[in-house]
Amino acid sequence: MNAEEVVRGLLSGNRRALARAITYVENEYPESKEIMKQIYPKTGKAHVVGLTGFPGVGKSTIVSKLTEEFRRRGKRVGIIAIDPGSPFTGGALLGDRLRLDGMDTRKPLWTDPGVFFRSMSSRGRAGGLAAKTGDVVRLLDAFGFDIILVETVGAGQSEVDIIEVADTSVVVLMPETGDEIQVNKAGILEIGDIYVVNKADLGGAEKVERWLQYMLSLDEESVQMLSQMTHADEARLASGEFFERRKGWNPPVIKTVADRGEGIRELADAIEEHFEYMKKTGLIDKRRRERVKRELFEIVMNDVIKLVKEKTDYREMIMKLLKGETDPYTAAEQIVEEVIHNAGKE
Amino acid sequence: MEKKIRVLVAKVGLDGHDRGAKVLARFLRDSGFEVIYTGLHRTPQEVAMAAVDEDVDVVGISLHSGAHLTLVPKVINYIREYGGNPEEMLILVGGIIPTDDIAELKKMGVDEVFIPGTPISEIVDFIKKKLPEKRKGNER
Repeated sequence: MNAEEVVRGLLSGNRRALARAITYVENEYPESKEIMKQIYPKTGKAHVVGLTGFPGVGKSTIVSKLTEEFRRRGKRVGIIAIDPGSPFTGGALLGDRLRLDGMDTRKPLWTDPGVFFRSMSSRGRAGGLAAKTGDVVRLLDAFGFDIILVETVGAGQSEVDIIEVADTSVVVLMPETGDEIQVNKAGILEIGDIYVVNKADLGGAEKVERWLQYMLSLDEESVQMLSQMTHADEARLASGEFFERRKGWNPPVIKTVADRGEGIRELADAIEEHFEYMKKTGLIDKRRRERVKRELFEIVMNDVIKLVKEKTDYREMIMKLLKGETDPYTAAEQIVEEVIHNAGKE
Repeated sequence: MEKKIRVLVAKVGLDGHDRGAKVLARFLRDSGFEVIYTGLHRTPQEVAMAAVDEDVDVVGISLHSGAHLTLVPKVINYIREYGGNPEEMLILVGGIIPTDDIAELKKMGVDEVFIPGTPISEIVDFIKKKLPEKRKGNER
């Protein structure tokens, strides 16, 4: 399939074309740029929901149950599930599809024409996502899914890239994953629009729930404290901007027992409420503006690096660096000048 | 950028023995492939849909039930029905397969059959050698 066939197929609802488009984009085939250009105007309608949390807390199971719930509500669901790629061999075991068992239908959910599931390897990238997650989200969006669920790699404390692609971020925890110091650490526990305590039938769920409530109450106090400060230092401004992400939204804490489907309806409600809230308050535009800016910068950066590779003697510069004849800052300045000078020339 | 080889490891039909499939998935991972495992008791349609949606290069079907001559051609046909092209994929079969049936399976479009005792390195070498050959002349 060439770019045009892929685009035509994708926009007319052909799953094969969608599957192919993802492959092209994920592997950065030359066709991928043309595909992204052409589908871009059709994007921006879907609600992108990110699910993140430590390995084994039940993200895949929640994704499966949420998919069933949203299907009952008449929504079409696209799913991207990311598992880690080996930094040593480049290989990956993508095991999230396994959980899509379908409690009600007794058939795996991917046989439902209103569901599309794709496994991706992070391919050694840190941050919890695959490099091309944002573009794959756009492909699913253009295809016409109402909700796109993005399941991150089982994340550690600082894998927070999900906020760069999701409208709504759901952070999943389970009992016995830490104490009140853990929940107040920076990183993954700051980013939730919704918090889930899964496996709530195990002992200790209430404790985690209480600590999360406590953490969130401190968030509110922080906002007040920051707004009363007159000293405009950087940390204060940055914090202000961070809390502005929520704009008065109080993240709910929801207890679930995902494999039995308990709490899933409440979670789906909260996800829909958050989307409505963001649309009502204009928060969604703000978040999407941030996202578009990041996407743009990333594309520009890639293009510039490509130019550097094509149009400059960067290899010579590397040799000079190795010999100690220059330093990286001077070298970079010279390369940038050279790029600007040579960019227009063929 | 070199395309990563994606492999679907599938258990089809009424057979609960997936130890071999899981071990294979693990070793294929260590050989640098991206491996998707479907879980037990899948129907031919389910496997075919997963293969097309995941746009895999290799479909490995494991059976110990004796139903391979019925189920394997169904998987291949459904891949075609869902818009995939089995001609540009490697279709591999593993498990308890009587030697007499191997030629029959190959006639049905299976590229190779690996019976118990096959060293995993043989499977990896086969994929790495045959996949480019199979793709040749076929579109990417």
